[in-house]
Amino acid sequence: MGLFIFNSSIGRKLIMSISGLALILFLLFHSIMNIFVIFSPEIYDAICKFLGANWYALIATMGLAFLFVVHIVYAFWLSLQNYIARGKERYAVKKNAPGVDWASQNMLVLGAIVLGFIALHLFNFWYKMQLQELLAKLNGEVLHVEGAALVQELFASPVYCLLYIVWLVALWFHLTHGFWSALHSLGGSNTVWLPRIKVISNIFSTVIVLLFMAIPVYYLIINLLG
Amino acid sequence: MEKTISIHLKIWRQRGPKAKGAFETYHLDHVSTDSSFLEMLDMLNEQLVGSGKEPVVFDHDCREGICGMCSLYINGHPHGPDEDITTCQLHMRKFKDGETITIEPWRSHGFPIIRDLMVDRTAFDKIIQAGGYVSINTGGIPDANAIPISKVKADEAMDAASCIGCGACVAACKNGSAMLFVSAKVSQLALLPQGQVEAARRAKSMVAKMDELGFGNCTNTGACEAECPKNISITNIARLNREFLAAKFQD
Ligand code: HEM
Ligand code: SF4
Ligand code: FES
Repeated sequence: MGLFIFNSSIGRKLIMSISGLALILFLLFHSIMNIFVIFSPEIYDAICKFLGANWYALIATMGLAFLFVVHIVYAFWLSLQNYIARGKERYAVKKNAPGVDWASQNMLVLGAIVLGFIALHLFNFWYKMQLQELLAKLNGEVLHVEGAALVQELFASPVYCLLYIVWLVALWFHLTHGFWSALHSLGGSNTVWLPRIKVISNIFSTVIVLLFMAIPVYYLIINLLG
Repeated sequence: MEKTISIHLKIWRQRGPKAKGAFETYHLDHVSTDSSFLEMLDMLNEQLVGSGKEPVVFDHDCREGICGMCSLYINGHPHGPDEDITTCQLHMRKFKDGETITIEPWRSHGFPIIRDLMVDRTAFDKIIQAGGYVSINTGGIPDANAIPISKVKADEAMDAASCIGCGACVAACKNGSAMLFVSAKVSQLALLPQGQVEAARRAKSMVAKMDELGFGNCTNTGACEAECPKNISITNIARLNREFLAAKFQD
């Protein structure tokens, strides 16, 4: 059995959809935890402490990194195969069929934008938080980075606020198509449920992205108001 | 009263599978808006043959939308700009006087060009062959009531069976994927009791053949459904995914 996740198109899509859905689950938790930074920096810092340099958080982080790598490797692999399958010669005139989502045709580009910002984001936060705490631990010290302060510091810059907002817009597009597409790839769709999962996908992506976006928007506004 | 238009045509000409192709332009006057698109091409070919040139090669057979033989990528759409019809059902009244119409062959790795606008779609036949036989109990004629099929299932099976194997789905897909076609062929049997015995084997071997022949991975863009002349639904693709994954997990 096992090999079909490499050598069959539907098997590859299985990996794509499961890794994508798991990443969405992570985003859901992440966005809910984030929102505390606005309402209660103390609770936020407590969450940061809880998810700092301990084994459980580390294993979860590694699992997450693995999911990302799988999703991205498969994304490039599938996109390359699809590019070849399209054939050498391209259409001179190509019009979009009605009802085809823009996002669905640009998943790789959207994913690449998301990826670029993930690198920036890791540098902005993970590098300064979990990694530093970990390095301290290796030296036998105990370090707890105040997450909320870091967030405030970064978003004091309107440029960073705007960059994060652009990132989240790309993520929104990726998720609106990705979420229902993953369910469809897993076979969880029929004539009744297809329109429903599309609606659920839009609502769900919008909620997640709004939760994330609330933070840079909040800091942008309070900083602009002085 | 008959109305006629003049049109410019930009048509892909290619002498053979390996030859390098290019667009050529033609002009046609007095095209009746009542004529079909293929009749217009017939007019062009008569004109070409009359002046000692090679006619444009294109596929067609029934000319009534049932055989799946006609193709053509017309002004950026497989089977032309009109919805839910095949090229042979397209009429010249859909075009304006003085319009330039660009006609290209299906372009996809799985469908190499034979000549001009004619492509090799035997890949689809190979996929059908890979599906194999369907076991049917012979013997006495069973009472129709003894094999109950719900109306919903019967309708979905009939809808799936209306696929004519034209390949527009592959032509339209940015991934060159044949999933809509394969899912229609798997669904029409998966939904009915007759198809059950070989259901798992059929899904696996048809998908394996499809992958082997170099069709792409489906990313659910839905361009296939939008361009399919028979309105085959992408929910068939979800069914194929279910059938295939269930078969693989049973192994
Ligand atoms: C937080 C991050 C991400 C999440 C939650 C996510 C989620 C998803 C989901 C759910 C799908 C649909 C899978 C399917 O149709 O079966 C998907 C597809 C896709 N993702 Fe992501 N993704 C993320 C990041 C990325 C990154 C970084 C890239 C690449 C550079 C990427 C590239 C793609 C591509 C190309 C597809 C379409 C592939 C296909 O449908 O075959 N994604 N993503
Ligand atoms: S699914 Fe539609 S577009 Fe594809 S081969 Fe069948 S009839 Fe043609
Ligand atoms: S020629 Fe038969 S479907 Fe068009």
